[in-house]
Amino acid sequence: MIRVELPQHLRTLAHVSGEVKLEVAAPVTQRSVLDALEARYPMLEGTIRDHVTQQRRPFLRFFACEEDLSHESPDAPLPDAVASGSEPLLIIGAIAGG
Amino acid sequence: MSKVRVLVGTRKGAFILTSDGKREKWDVSGPHFAGWELYHLKGSPADPNRIYASQCSGWFGQVIQRSNDGGETWEAPGGDIQPGPEAMKGSSNKFVYDGSAETGKPLTTHQWYDGTQHPWEFKRVWHLEPSLSDPDTVYAGVEDAALFRSTDGGTSWHELPGLRGHGTGPNWHPGAGGMCLHTIILDPSDPKRIYIAISAAGAFRTDDGGTTWKPINKGLHSQYIPDPNAEIGHCVHHVAMHPSRPGVLFMQKHWDVMRSDDAGDSWHEVSGNLPTDFGFVIDVHAHEPETVYVVPIKSDGEHYPPEGKLRVYRSRSGGNEWEALTKGLPQSNCYVNVLRDAMAVDSLDSCGVYFGTTGGQVYASADAGDNWSPIVRDLPAVLSVEVQTLP
Repeated sequence: MIRVELPQHLRTLAHVSGEVKLEVAAPVTQRSVLDALEARYPMLEGTIRDHVTQQRRPFLRFFACEEDLSHESPDAPLPDAVASGSEPLLIIGAIAGG
Repeated sequence: MSKVRVLVGTRKGAFILTSDGKREKWDVSGPHFAGWELYHLKGSPADPNRIYASQCSGWFGQVIQRSNDGGETWEAPGGDIQPGPEAMKGSSNKFVYDGSAETGKPLTTHQWYDGTQHPWEFKRVWHLEPSLSDPDTVYAGVEDAALFRSTDGGTSWHELPGLRGHGTGPNWHPGAGGMCLHTIILDPSDPKRIYIAISAAGAFRTDDGGTTWKPINKGLHSQYIPDPNAEIGHCVHHVAMHPSRPGVLFMQKHWDVMRSDDAGDSWHEVSGNLPTDFGFVIDVHAHEPETVYVVPIKSDGEHYPPEGKLRVYRSRSGGNEWEALTKGLPQSNCYVNVLRDAMAVDSLDSCGVYFGTTGGQVYASADAGDNWSPIVRDLPAVLSVEVQTLP
């Protein structure tokens, strides 16, 4: 199971508390995890990546295993610890603005 | 006994204020969608329990919410949690400009602040206008300016591309608040006639249900644009109509309060004796089509009331002659603004008038503006106010 930690506002929107756990077939990448997340929680479509370009929204970043993965290719494999479920993929909102 | 339900959108959530027909005691519900910007909420005239809400955020983009019980519970249409990865995808948050050749001229750029062309980029929904007859049909005015329609209760959205594609689109440009389609008026006497307004392009009308559009800005004069009498480019702030006279329109422009008696084909100024003709809101009394309300704001550089006095101005003659309404409103040290979608009227026998401020107050008058009192004083900055009159 892949573990994903959402920012508070998206947890509220998706009606979840704590981490989200997803079945994701290999290869486990940003794209495959987000595809699975949006399929399970369609209300999150467009809130993490743009509907059309599929690019990460500018005020969100992706972290895992104490690394900033925001600028990695969406098709690059995520760290083994994420793929094995021992570490979560963190989706973080910028601490900026009101 | 009749009730009123006031739908308030703010910078940090939505609030629902309810009262009986006396409009003296109010229940306050909220914040709904706490922490998000709620640009607009509006109920369906065909089913008052159906309410649509535009929820957005600089971090997470646009979400459309829908209630079927008068705002007690909400759902993102089509966004139900799905059992597995093969499940159907929702699209209620998806606003994609129509660039297809089949539906009109693909239009990809508009004028930017510096005069260059700039790509059309969806940012948010400013205004939701439910159909007068079908609870599942709703229009959305968006930034960058375009008109979308849903016929499935907000689950999916499709642009009416004839508006951007009618020819002047490449010359539209943003105002200080962005290039937003903020006003949608459905003609109750003609289902195929719709008026919309865009900052800063102007007002437009369709007479065929949204397929073709034309600018309706003749008579508008804007000294801040290269050709003050241009066909488009005017910063229209808001437009109002009384349902019994759908050919008569009242407009609060960036500067100037305007009136049209021919469905927008021509306009004339009715600012008259207003202390300043800059402002954002404008609305019409529910039972008196010649009674109009505005809130004058000092200037485009000073978005607060003149002399620090919050005054609603009322004309009982369709403009030109205005009286200040001050009872119950702060008459010193008041420096709030009243944004373009933040005034509404109810349709009780004694017409109620409501407006919200950037200081978080929502003021109500149960006697057509003669006396005012705050329903709430300390909300986040108010972006929009709508009212439902319920049996």
